[in-house]
Amino acid sequence: MATRRVRFTFEGDAVTEPLIYLLGHEFAVVTNIRMADVERDFGWVMLELDGEHDEIDRALGWIAGKGVRVDPVAGDVVEG
Amino acid sequence: MTHATSLACRECAREFPLDPLHVCDFCFGPLEVAYDHDGIQSRISRERIESGPRSIWRYKDLLPVDDDFIVDLNVGWTPLLRADRLAARLGMRELWIKNDTCNPSWSFKDRVVAVASSRSRQLGFQTLACASTGNLANSVSAHAARAGMDAIVFIPHDLEAGKVLGSAVYNPTIVAVNGSYDDVNRLCAELADNRSWAFVNINMRAYYAEGSRTLAFEVAEQLGWRAPRQVVAPMASGSLFTKIHKGFQEFQRYGLIEETPVRMIGAQAEGCSPITTAWRNETTNIRPVKPNTIAKSLAIGNPADGYYALKTMKRTDGGATAVTDAEVVEGIRLLAECEGVFAETAGGVTIAGLRQALTNEQIDPDEPTVAFITGGGLKTADAVVEHVTQPIPVEGTLQSFEDAFAEAPQAVGVGG
Repeated sequence: MATRRVRFTFEGDAVTEPLIYLLGHEFAVVTNIRMADVERDFGWVMLELDGEHDEIDRALGWIAGKGVRVDPVAGDVVEG
Repeated sequence: MTHATSLACRECAREFPLDPLHVCDFCFGPLEVAYDHDGIQSRISRERIESGPRSIWRYKDLLPVDDDFIVDLNVGWTPLLRADRLAARLGMRELWIKNDTCNPSWSFKDRVVAVASSRSRQLGFQTLACASTGNLANSVSAHAARAGMDAIVFIPHDLEAGKVLGSAVYNPTIVAVNGSYDDVNRLCAELADNRSWAFVNINMRAYYAEGSRTLAFEVAEQLGWRAPRQVVAPMASGSLFTKIHKGFQEFQRYGLIEETPVRMIGAQAEGCSPITTAWRNETTNIRPVKPNTIAKSLAIGNPADGYYALKTMKRTDGGATAVTDAEVVEGIRLLAECEGVFAETAGGVTIAGLRQALTNEQIDPDEPTVAFITGGGLKTADAVVEHVTQPIPVEGTLQSFEDAFAEAPQAVGVGG
């Protein structure tokens, strides 16, 4: 089992779709939201994902394919 | 003995031990070093600081490292130059340039890495690590060499050879990741959780960020124990910007300088300006962007401390600027021509941002102002090579020289 802490950023239609519910439904991962701020057409959610390493990768690939930006909770770590 | 006592969450205030942690386990908020303020207050004084080394370690009472573990490359105590010629060009009365190009690896990153590498040594790490396209990797590699530690540096696979050299000379392990910038981000975030390495800006980020405060400490001391009324500083993650302000506040808290307000102006390049965009849209929700600017050292599309930078601007009646790449180049030239300081593109962003802030009346031209120049120009020479004075070709004869010199526009005013 593995744990991954990530930040999802939603824009446009992705804000109103139940994507986190679907992620937990379609993949064998447990989602645990810790902090979020959602406006009408934009929002972000920080959450923890528990599951097998490869299953988390598949889940993150799926939600990225839905137009959600996936980042580490610490933001960009590649610096100049 | 350090006065650091714990790591505290900036969101929920929960406390954690002084370990290699960077986010709160409960709310995922960022962690920040907390100090025993009474202990510092009882020990610190202007005289004690003035008797210290001419480096950031003169402020060791305010840093989270014990003496025995300091990795010392003589970082900091860089010049604060009164910039009268540049001030006159911009119509200002009192302008100062904090010239951090003079650090050992020629950027302000030496300040943050000095603290992170020292704390890493104290925590027993053998390996320093980072993901970087330039300055940070240079500094991590240099500090690891100085400390006798191993270094592992992650870079995008398509990074130019010239930028790799500034790290490679110190003989770190360099890993070129075949993927996008986001792939490097994700890989390193995962590795920081899985390896016993001190990633200076991930699991050591709380300590790393503390080093930026020394910029404010030095400026206040170099100004004769006073804070400037206005500051212009570049913003990438936003950490440097917030920590400069925090540094002035701390000196005020300990009675080392008078309590005067410091207006904080942040500068970004238009091609990567998520913090400035949020400021202009009057929101604290920062929308990540894909960077597209020559100011590579500021190219952080998803800034970890952007929210706190916005709060700092609001609290200080400050603001944010965003300048074009052409303005960045012009800023580099202006600083070099007026003051003899050759800055990298981030410095061009600062000078162009200062100019924009004056035009927009975000700062007062009559108030003492400090502009922070955070890296040396040879790091980004490609950005200006097409825009600077070209040599006058002559034969080795007096006549050839006289003919060419008479026609050369840059000969005006040379005299004699």
